[in-house]
Amino acid sequence: MTSALSIRDMVVTYDDFAALDHVSFDIGTGESFGIVGESGSGKSTLLRAVAGLAAFDKGSLSVNGRAYSGRHRDRNFYRTVQMVFQDPYGSLHPRQTVDRLLFEPLAIHGLDNVDARIARALDEVGLGAGFRFRYSHQLSGGQRQRVAIARALILEPKILLLDEPTSALDASIQAEILNLLEQARKDRNLTFVMVSHDLGVISHMCERLAVMRGGKVVETVPAQALEKREFSADYTRKLMAASEGFRRS
Amino acid sequence: MKMGNVHPQKSGPLLTVEDLRVTFPTRTGEVNAVRGVSFTLGRERLGIVGESGSGKSQTGRAIMGLTPGHAKITAKKLAFHDRDLLTMSARERRDLRGKKVAMILQDPKYSLNPVMTIGRQIVETLQSHESVSGSEAKKRALAMLEAVQIRDPERVYGLYPHEVSGGMGQRVMIAMMLICGPELLIADEPTSALDVTVQLEVLAILDKLVAERGMGLIFVSHDLRLVSSFCDRVLVMYAGKVVEELPSADLSSAKHPYTQGLLNCLPKIGSDRHPLPVLERKPEWSL
Repeated sequence: MTSALSIRDMVVTYDDFAALDHVSFDIGTGESFGIVGESGSGKSTLLRAVAGLAAFDKGSLSVNGRAYSGRHRDRNFYRTVQMVFQDPYGSLHPRQTVDRLLFEPLAIHGLDNVDARIARALDEVGLGAGFRFRYSHQLSGGQRQRVAIARALILEPKILLLDEPTSALDASIQAEILNLLEQARKDRNLTFVMVSHDLGVISHMCERLAVMRGGKVVETVPAQALEKREFSADYTRKLMAASEGFRRS
Repeated sequence: MKMGNVHPQKSGPLLTVEDLRVTFPTRTGEVNAVRGVSFTLGRERLGIVGESGSGKSQTGRAIMGLTPGHAKITAKKLAFHDRDLLTMSARERRDLRGKKVAMILQDPKYSLNPVMTIGRQIVETLQSHESVSGSEAKKRALAMLEAVQIRDPERVYGLYPHEVSGGMGQRVMIAMMLICGPELLIADEPTSALDVTVQLEVLAILDKLVAERGMGLIFVSHDLRLVSSFCDRVLVMYAGKVVEELPSADLSSAKHPYTQGLLNCLPKIGSDRHPLPVLERKPEWSL
């Protein structure tokens, strides 16, 4: 298995606080890798550090064999790696139409055939041409998240970083978005790194997952291990219990 | 540390809702958020489940009297014990709110006053409904903070809301809402803003207090699984109407396709369903 994304001893600190404390992962090409943990566990920071939105102080990052430093990312990097954020209400420009939103990455990367690409991208996420000239406030949460996914996919990346892509959505809409992401992954042979606090979602979407807490990786297990309860960390057990609903003691 | 909140058992239901309608006038016509909801509530835990826009929160708010002023509320009957909530004066309603009927909102970050210490907020609630001395009020506030399992109540009493975590903030919210010993508690997504591991702790505290004090609870949430594990009875709402009512234990034998759809679309550990079944909305559900 060649690794698409390789992270070694990554450290991110904010003042004296270590948000990521020597984290290492190897994620194979075409793999879907999940990261779970509570708020403050460093799971989002990890994605942001990979995407270049947060600088890492120590450690190394390599994407498809190319090494990247703490802060700087070149254009080529963003052709390979794209990110979808948690809050579809905050991640789309409120004064740009869907057309303008999708045009932006194409313009930055100087791609041709703009019109056809935008139409295809919208089609792929299940939004018809009727959505092309709408503003984001005219869309529902699920539709916005589809636009965000279209914006990430329009550059034809190889790796998609997904930061809680469905936690702001209703359960029924969540199912639609998860299906959409799975389909896109199958069609394009994408590599997913998906962050969530919901073990159910992660076990559905991912083959392997890491449990994080306090900036460290508690353990890394295959998704099937959840089913058979083959995990060792106490914290994983706690997360597992939480995903099963309330129990009266 | 009993607070003498034992209510005399009155006969009849705690709350009667019959054909409740909430309508918002907008520039493009009327929006019917709640369209004829009926139920009665005793001293039990009732869950109201639905997606965003199903009218579940507006139902809770109408009972609480927190519907925005421009909205229209009608009902054949909306009564707390035998007191009609709709014809009640604003003053009477205010007396009831916080004292007999209390509400816990979703996010303690927004529902607590950011410029007032936690202790003062709890004391304010208490003193606006009961004439108690300052020292007595503080004593009761501290006892209440202890009841929601805050380890160092003296310290938390003097903190501002931004200085505590989300889970702690929600416990403070529960403490504040229960200090007057309400008979009915409406919890609108009380744990949705919290971490999964903290959710269960807060729910356990809520559960214990509701049981101890014999309150009626309305638990409003979008999370069908959570609600069914917590409540005795569940109302499922769609497009402003109750489409199904059933005991939580019988959730798996739900008849309405919407309820079944909501249950099925959740990814579960150990079930390999690709793609996930999605909800096919039928127009006749909202008729």
